[in-house]
Amino acid sequence: MAEGRERFGRTLEGFFFAFALFTIALVGIGFGMRRWLPPLASEHGAGIDRMIRYLILTVGVLFVIGHVALGYFIWRFSRQDRVTYRLASPRAEKLWSLLPGIVMALVAEGGVLLIGLPIWQKYYLHPAPPDAVLVEVTAEQFAWNIRYPGKDGRLGRTDPRLIRYDNPLGIDAEDPASQDDVVQLGVMYVPVGRPVHVRLRSKDTLHSFFLPHFRVKQDAVPGMTIDLWFTPTQTGEFEIACAELCGFGHFQMRGVLRVLPPEEFQRWLAAQPTFSGQ
Amino acid sequence: MVGEHSARVHEEPVSFWRRYIFSTDHKVIGIQYYLTAMAMALVGGTLAMLIRLQLGWPEAKWPLLAKIFPRGMSGGVMNPDFYLALITMHGTLMIFFVISLGLVSGFGNYLLPLHIGARDMAFPFLNMLSYWTVVPACVIILASFFVEGGAAASGWTAYPPLSAVEQAVPGSGLGQTLWLLGMALFIASFTMGGLNFVTTILNERTRGMSMMRLPLFIWTLLIASILGLLAFPPLTAAAILLLFDRHGGTSFFLPSGLYFGERVLPHSGGSPLLWQHLFWFLGHPEVYVLILPALGIALDLLPPFTRKPIFGYRLTVYSLFAIGVLSMIVWGHHMFVSGMNPYVGEFFAIGTLAITIPSAIIGFNLIASLWGARLQLRTPALFALGAIAFFGTGGLGGIFLGNATSDIQLHDTYFVVGHFHFMIGGVTLLALFGGTYYWFPKMFGRMMSERLGKLHFWLTFLSFYAVFLTQHFLGLGGMPRRYYAFSKFEFLAPIRDMNAFISIAAFVLGAAQLIFLVNFFWSLFRGARAEQNPWRATTLEWVAPTPPPHGNWGETVPEVHRWPYDYSVPGAPEDFTPQTVPPTVVTVTQ
Ligand code: HEM
Ligand SMILES: [Cu+2]
Ligand SMILES: [Cu+2]
Repeated sequence: MAEGRERFGRTLEGFFFAFALFTIALVGIGFGMRRWLPPLASEHGAGIDRMIRYLILTVGVLFVIGHVALGYFIWRFSRQDRVTYRLASPRAEKLWSLLPGIVMALVAEGGVLLIGLPIWQKYYLHPAPPDAVLVEVTAEQFAWNIRYPGKDGRLGRTDPRLIRYDNPLGIDAEDPASQDDVVQLGVMYVPVGRPVHVRLRSKDTLHSFFLPHFRVKQDAVPGMTIDLWFTPTQTGEFEIACAELCGFGHFQMRGVLRVLPPEEFQRWLAAQPTFSGQ
Repeated sequence: MVGEHSARVHEEPVSFWRRYIFSTDHKVIGIQYYLTAMAMALVGGTLAMLIRLQLGWPEAKWPLLAKIFPRGMSGGVMNPDFYLALITMHGTLMIFFVISLGLVSGFGNYLLPLHIGARDMAFPFLNMLSYWTVVPACVIILASFFVEGGAAASGWTAYPPLSAVEQAVPGSGLGQTLWLLGMALFIASFTMGGLNFVTTILNERTRGMSMMRLPLFIWTLLIASILGLLAFPPLTAAAILLLFDRHGGTSFFLPSGLYFGERVLPHSGGSPLLWQHLFWFLGHPEVYVLILPALGIALDLLPPFTRKPIFGYRLTVYSLFAIGVLSMIVWGHHMFVSGMNPYVGEFFAIGTLAITIPSAIIGFNLIASLWGARLQLRTPALFALGAIAFFGTGGLGGIFLGNATSDIQLHDTYFVVGHFHFMIGGVTLLALFGGTYYWFPKMFGRMMSERLGKLHFWLTFLSFYAVFLTQHFLGLGGMPRRYYAFSKFEFLAPIRDMNAFISIAAFVLGAAQLIFLVNFFWSLFRGARAEQNPWRATTLEWVAPTPPPHGNWGETVPEVHRWPYDYSVPGAPEDFTPQTVPPTVVTVTQ
C-alpha cells in the first residue's frame, strides 16, 4: 500500500519535472521563432544574420532535443522500481560519445568553419574598397565625434594637447590637410549603397561603436586607430550605441546615423562649415 | 606515501579558539568557507535585487531606499555611478567570494580528505592560513562600499583606463584600489588552497584509492586546482601593474594622449588591450575552475539517486582533461571585437568551439546516466538534474558566442549575461545547493527538510529560466549590458518592457533563496537526526562517523577496493556496495 503511494508520488513528480522541461522547450521554440534582430540595413550584415539564423535553427533543435530527452528520461525512470540497465561496456561508452562529439563538430565547429569564418574574413581581412567614404569616429565620454576629410580626402593631423572647447578633436590648424575637414558632433551622415570606411578612435576610455541595424560592433581603444568598413543598404535614420562600459553616461551615449541618397549626401557635405571656418 | 599518514597522531584540540576559529581541521575550515560564502551571497544577492529594481522600473522613485543608501539613491532615484558599483561588486562577489569560496574551497575542503580516505589535507596549517587570508579580502572588498567615491565601478573585468584613471568614473578612486587589494589577497588565498588540493589528491589517498577509483568530484577539483594555479599568477601580476599605473605613474595599460578632465594625462606607451589579455588569460580558466567542481558534484549526486553507476566514467575524465587543456588557450573569445588582430580571432573561435565537443560528451554522459535508473527524486537529485538542464542551456548559448561572426552582434549584450548566468551562476548554484542538501547530514548530523528543499528547487529552477533564458533573446535584439536604463534608445523600445517581467522573476528567484536559509538554520537545530549513511551511498565519507571526528576515521583509515559507483551490483546483499567492501564479499564491477 505505502509502497504504491510512494511510487505514485514519484511518478507524479517525475511527470511534473518532464512537464516543466517540455514547457521550457516550447517556450524556447516560441521565442526562437520570433524576429529579435533589429531590421537589417547593411550588406555584410546579411552574412552575420545568416550565421545567427543557422545557429538559432541548429542549436535550437539541440536545445529542444536536450530538454525533451532529459524530461522524458526523468519521467520514465522515476516510475521504475528496479535498475534495468547498469553499466555500459567501455566500447559502448566510446561509441556513444561519438554522437555528441560529431554533433558538436558539425554544428559548432562546422558552423564557424563553413559559414562563420568566410563572413568574418570578408568583413575584417579585406581593407575598405578604394571608393569608400572615409569617416573618422572619435569616441569620448559620452559622445561621438564625427570627422570627414573634405575635398582633399585626407584627415588633418590631431594632437590631444590642442584640444579646446571649440576644437574637441585637437585638430592641428597648421596642417594643410586639416583646413577642409568637416567636424560634427553626434550625428553621422553617410550615403546609401557605398562602402563607408570608419577610422575609429577614442579620447579617453574604451567605448564600442555599435550600430545594431548594421551588425557593426567595434571597440574604440585609446591609443589605437581601428579601421572598419560596411555598406549601408537602406536610407533612413539609425542609432549609434556604445557597447563597452565607459562610465556613468554609458547608457546614454547615443549617436545618430543618417543614411542619405548619394546626391543628397554630397549636397549635405558641401554645405557644412570646414575646420578652417568656411 | 599512501597509507603512511594513518600513523599520524590526531589529537582533538581542546580550546574553543583552536577548535572552531583557528582550526587546522579541514572540516571546520570547509564549514568556515561555506558560511563565509553564504554571508557574501547575502550581500551579492541584495545587490542583484537592487540592479533588477533599477532595470525593471528605471524611472520610479523609492523614498525608502533613499534612507538606506543616502548617497547612491539620493531622492529615491538610483544614480548611475551607484548602478555601476552595484554590477561591479555583484559580479566580483558572486564569482570570487561566493562560488569560489563556497563550492571550491568550502566543499573542496570538507570533502576532499573524506572522499580519498585521508585524515586531513596535506598541509593543514597552510589550509588555515588560506582561510584567514581570505577573511581580510572579504572585509576589504566590502569596506570599499563605504569609501569616498564608492565601490569600484569598472565592471568585474576592471578594464583600464576606467579602472586606472581616477577621473574616469567615481568608483575609480579608493574603491578600485581596495578592489585590487582584495583581489590580490583572494588570489593569494586561493593559490594556497589550490596547492593544498593538488598535493593532497596526489599524495594522501588511502590504500587502494587509485586515481581511477576517485569520485568525479575529486577529479574535477584536481583539474580545477591545476587550472587555478596556472591561470591566477598572471592576474596577480596584472593587478600589481594596474596598481603601479594608478599610484606609481607607470603606463603599462595607458597609452599617450589620454584626455580626462580638460587635460592630457602624462602616461605614454601602454596598451589597454594588454590588461584584457592578462585578465582573460585568468578569467576564462577561472570560469572552468568553478564549473568543473559543479559538474563533479552533479555527476556524483546522480548515482545515489539513480541507484546505478554513472555513464562513461573514463570518457568523462578524459573530457575533463580536454576541457582543462583547451580552456587555457581560448581566452581571446572575450575579445573578438576588442581591436585584437582579427586573424587571432579566428584561432580563438576554432579553439573555443572545440571545447563544445568534450563539454557535450559530459552533458551526454549526464543524461545517459539516467538510462535504466531507479530514479528517486529526492531534493539533491532535483538539483543535480536541474544542473544538467542549465549546463545544456548555457553551453548551447556558448556556441553563439564562440562563433566570432555571430559574436560581433552579440558581444556585450544581454545574450552574454544570459549565457554566463546559466553557467557560472546556474550550474554552480544548483551544485552548491544540491551538495548542501546531500552532505548536510554528514556535516551537521541532521537532515534538511525535503518539503522546503523541493519548494526551493522549483522556485529557483523555474524563475531562473524566466530570467536568464529571456535575456538571451533581449541580447539578440541588441540590448547592451551594463546599461543603467534602456530609455535613451529607440531600437530598444520594442523589447525593453520585458525587463519588468524579468525583474519580477528575479525577485521570486531571490525570495526562494530565503527558503533555503530558513531550511538551513532550522534544520541545523531542529532537523531529523541523520543516520550514518542516509542516502545509502558508496563513497568513503559515509563510512566515517557522523559528524566525523578530528582525524576523520578513528583508529584505522579505510581501505578501498572498488570504484565509487558500485550501485545495484548483481548478487550483492544491498543495492549499494561501499568502496571499502572487499572483492571477496561483492564482486568488483569496473
Ligand atoms: C560550451 C562551452 C562554452 C563556450 C563555447 C563559451 C563561450 C563564451 C564566449 C565566446 C564568451 C564571450 C562572449 C562575449 O563577451 O562576447 C563567453 C562569456 C562568458 N562565459 Fe562562456 N562559454 C562556454 C562555457 C562557459 C562556462 C562553463 C562558464 C562558467 C562556468 C562560462 C562563463 C562565462 C562568463 C562568466 C562569461 C562572461 C564574462 C563577461 O564578459 O563578463 N562559459 N563564453
Ligand atoms: Cu560606453
Ligand atoms: Cu571564456
